[in-house]
Amino acid sequence: MDNALTIDRLQFAFTVTFHYLFPQLTMGLAPLIVIFKSLALWKKEERYNQAARFLAKIFALSFLFGVITGIPMEFQFGTNWAKFSQFSGGVIATTLAMEGVFAFFLESSFLGLFLYGEKRIGPKWHWLSAFMVFVGAWLSGYFIIATDAWMQHPVGYSLAADGTVQLNSFWLLLFNPWAIWQYLHNMGGALITGSFVVTALGAFYLLSRKHTEFGRLFVKTGVIVAVIASIFQIFPSGDRQGQLVTNYQPVTLAAMEGLFQSESGASIVLIGQPDTAAQKLDNPIYVPGMLSFLTHRRWEATVKGLNEFPRDQWPDNIPLLYYSYHIMVGLGTLFIAIMLGAVFLLWRKKLFDARWMLWILMLSFPFPFIANTAGWITAEVGRQPWLVYGLMRTAQGASPTVSAGNGLFTLIGFMGMYLVLGVMYLFLIGREVDHGPKLMTSQNGVTTLGGNLVAQGVGPSQKEAQ
Amino acid sequence: METNWFVLVALMLVAYVVLDGFDLGVGVISPLVARTSEERQLVLRSIGPVWDGNEVWLLAAGGALFFAFPLLYASSFSGFYLPLMMVLWLLMLRGVGIELRSHVDNALWQSFCDFVFTLSSLLLTIFLGAAIGNVIRGVPLNKDGYFFEALWTNFRVGPSPGILDWYTVLTGVLAMITLTVHGANYLAMKTEGDVQLRARRLTQKGSWALSLMTVLSLLATLYIRPQVMDNFKLRAWGWIIPLLVVVTLISMFYFRAKGNDRAVFLSSTGYIVAMLGGAAFAMYPYLLPASTDPAYSLTIFNAKTGDYSMRVGLVWWLVGITLAIGYFVFLYRFFRGKVSLEDKEGY
Ligand code: HDD
Ligand code: HEM
Ligand code: HEM
Repeated sequence: MDNALTIDRLQFAFTVTFHYLFPQLTMGLAPLIVIFKSLALWKKEERYNQAARFLAKIFALSFLFGVITGIPMEFQFGTNWAKFSQFSGGVIATTLAMEGVFAFFLESSFLGLFLYGEKRIGPKWHWLSAFMVFVGAWLSGYFIIATDAWMQHPVGYSLAADGTVQLNSFWLLLFNPWAIWQYLHNMGGALITGSFVVTALGAFYLLSRKHTEFGRLFVKTGVIVAVIASIFQIFPSGDRQGQLVTNYQPVTLAAMEGLFQSESGASIVLIGQPDTAAQKLDNPIYVPGMLSFLTHRRWEATVKGLNEFPRDQWPDNIPLLYYSYHIMVGLGTLFIAIMLGAVFLLWRKKLFDARWMLWILMLSFPFPFIANTAGWITAEVGRQPWLVYGLMRTAQGASPTVSAGNGLFTLIGFMGMYLVLGVMYLFLIGREVDHGPKLMTSQNGVTTLGGNLVAQGVGPSQKEAQ
Repeated sequence: METNWFVLVALMLVAYVVLDGFDLGVGVISPLVARTSEERQLVLRSIGPVWDGNEVWLLAAGGALFFAFPLLYASSFSGFYLPLMMVLWLLMLRGVGIELRSHVDNALWQSFCDFVFTLSSLLLTIFLGAAIGNVIRGVPLNKDGYFFEALWTNFRVGPSPGILDWYTVLTGVLAMITLTVHGANYLAMKTEGDVQLRARRLTQKGSWALSLMTVLSLLATLYIRPQVMDNFKLRAWGWIIPLLVVVTLISMFYFRAKGNDRAVFLSSTGYIVAMLGGAAFAMYPYLLPASTDPAYSLTIFNAKTGDYSMRVGLVWWLVGITLAIGYFVFLYRFFRGKVSLEDKEGY
């Protein structure tokens, strides 16, 4: 641990992994809140507003943690990756700065309105503020992914005399083909997280026979969104991501699949443990020809193995890459299976009584978080040894003046801080879930029944209805 | 073009200090002006819907800085590594203190949150001031444009200073007092009753301290970095800025005596704009002066990004910032007026 580079990498990986736990939930919940707000406007039923209000509480908490863990991210490019920032700032600072002015302002201002202004602005404007929060969150995702996509697949730049890269096409940077599919795939992942969480909440209420009306609403909405998002995640978005990797980062693909030797009619491995020293997979279970078909759309096509590339181009942690990729794909397949089952039961009107299925739905909410994290590890570890693919190696990007000792100090600081934050978050979310949708906690801690406010005619949709 | 971006980045930083400045100040004074738990809640309510948006100005300014002057971003963020990380941790704690207080109805929890909120706000104001002090004083840049500063060395302003020396401590205290007064002015404008009375009384005393510190810090700056006068000699119109500092200080006293809370708040806003504007004016075209060899200094010319992205940047930046200002006007208009605990909206 006396190597500054290792510590910088660990610190970035740790802080961004922790950060992303929150945005994936907020980006996934935001459209669901919009759905409930729209239903409330359309059907004029207060329970949709209450559902939205309840999810908004979970959203607000997660948003807060997303913000406070996001701020260090924005700064870390400069603190720990100064050489990288100097080298690529001419390009990536564009998307990062755009995220600030276009997305963060939008999101944070409308969130203030959405959370504090429901009674003052009336239902239509309140719907709009929910919608703008959604737009802000999804825009924010786009800019950050466009940044990452440029690191995966640099476009629209030229090399300047001082050895840095400079932008020469704004539109290419913004509409990098890699960014578009990466974004769609990533948003699919966020929707999966959001809808699994809503489903799990519903299942929890149904199983504990509390707030059952909301339980049914959550399970139904969640399951429908989840099945669509899960299918979209494999096809087209995951499939297209795979093709991009095949075309632009063939060595990454070989490592992801654990393909040590080139093969024609390559088979896809479902299970097996890579042995990097012996350059083979132990205990493989595979489907013949499948990999060739998926990557090249021909069953007999040749897929390049790691043996075709010089060693110094191999990703430096092949087992991690291989496992995280297989975890993502394995879970993705499982999600489709679960949700198809749930939708089938919903269609046969048996879902709310099928307690075994509700148990599965309730317990499966952590898995999308795992799948998303695994997916990112695949992308980022797969990019190694490059920091900017083909242009700059990770080893060249770290800050020249930050010593390992100082880096370790802050890494430990982040670990301690995030441990406390994580515990706090779980505790507070637990309380909200326990209170459930009916209860509205007002600012000074006095709890009032949501229903009461409506009865007094303060609830917005009630006013509409009169 | 690089001059445009110098001005724009400076403007965003000023916007940050003015906006987040008052909610930081509110944090510092909240134990002084709010005695009961309800009053504390009221104080938090006054910044609740806006503090996050205000803080975004820091991110946006940081983003713009990275965009326009990548080498400055790389060099200063890695050189100020330790204090920056601490600022990040303080920002995190502060968010927790503000937002999570009302989630648990328990006196222990709430006083813990109050404590975190006040302490982190206080330290942040000092760090912000010390940061400005460091930039004015200069840092030990090497020939590649990089440096690393320890938190402190011997508290002297020499060729290898620490983040904290007597000068930057002074600017830190100045910033603390400035933002305290600014925050108190904001509270006086946004609240009623006891809290308002206490806030008003605080700004009265605070304005004297502020005037004193302003003079002291100007003298200190002239002493450690006489070059700050160069631009005033070169461009005489710059003298408007010190004039503005004096005018805003006087108007702070005047309107305080008249009891016009809003005008007082505008005066402290003007004061901040003038002070930071003056610093930027005096620095130009330097971004980060070197305390080692002046030739190693980072300027807007050697730290800038490519011309193409600067030009394109101006277009999207103007579009984006216009939208952002639009949201802010909307948001502040919406939450204008006094806050009170009676009106229990939000959740
Ligand atoms: C719930 C989350 C989730 C699920 C179920 C899947 N993915 Fe995924 N995947 C992601 C979440 C994710 C992600 C976290 O969103 C990643 C990381 C980077 C990115 O843009 O998306 C990703 C990246 C990613 C990559 C790019 C790796 C790289 O850039 O090197 C590929 C090829 C796939 N995915 C393919 C798939 C396939 C074929 C799936 C079929 C089941 C699949 N993903 C399911
Ligand atoms: C939120 C999802 C993300 C996760 C979970 C993630 C994960 C990781 C991991 C595991 C590493 C360490 C890789 C290694 O050193 O072997 C890493 C490095 C890095 N990632 Fe990401 N990443 C994410 C998103 C991003 C985004 C959006 C960007 C760019 C805007 C980015 C930029 C970087 C940089 C600069 C490094 C350090 C250099 C390196 O080690 O390659 N990451 N990330
Ligand atoms: C897959 C990668 C990432 C995605 C999709 C993502 C998305 C988001 C979203 C949607 C938010 C809004 C807050 C929330 O909803 O919780 C957010 C917050 C934030 N993110 Fe990330 N993020 C990612 C990684 C990063 C990285 C690598 C950085 C560093 C450049 C970063 C910087 C920030 C900052 C500064 C905030 C706070 C914004 C505010 O104050 O409103 N994020 N992120």
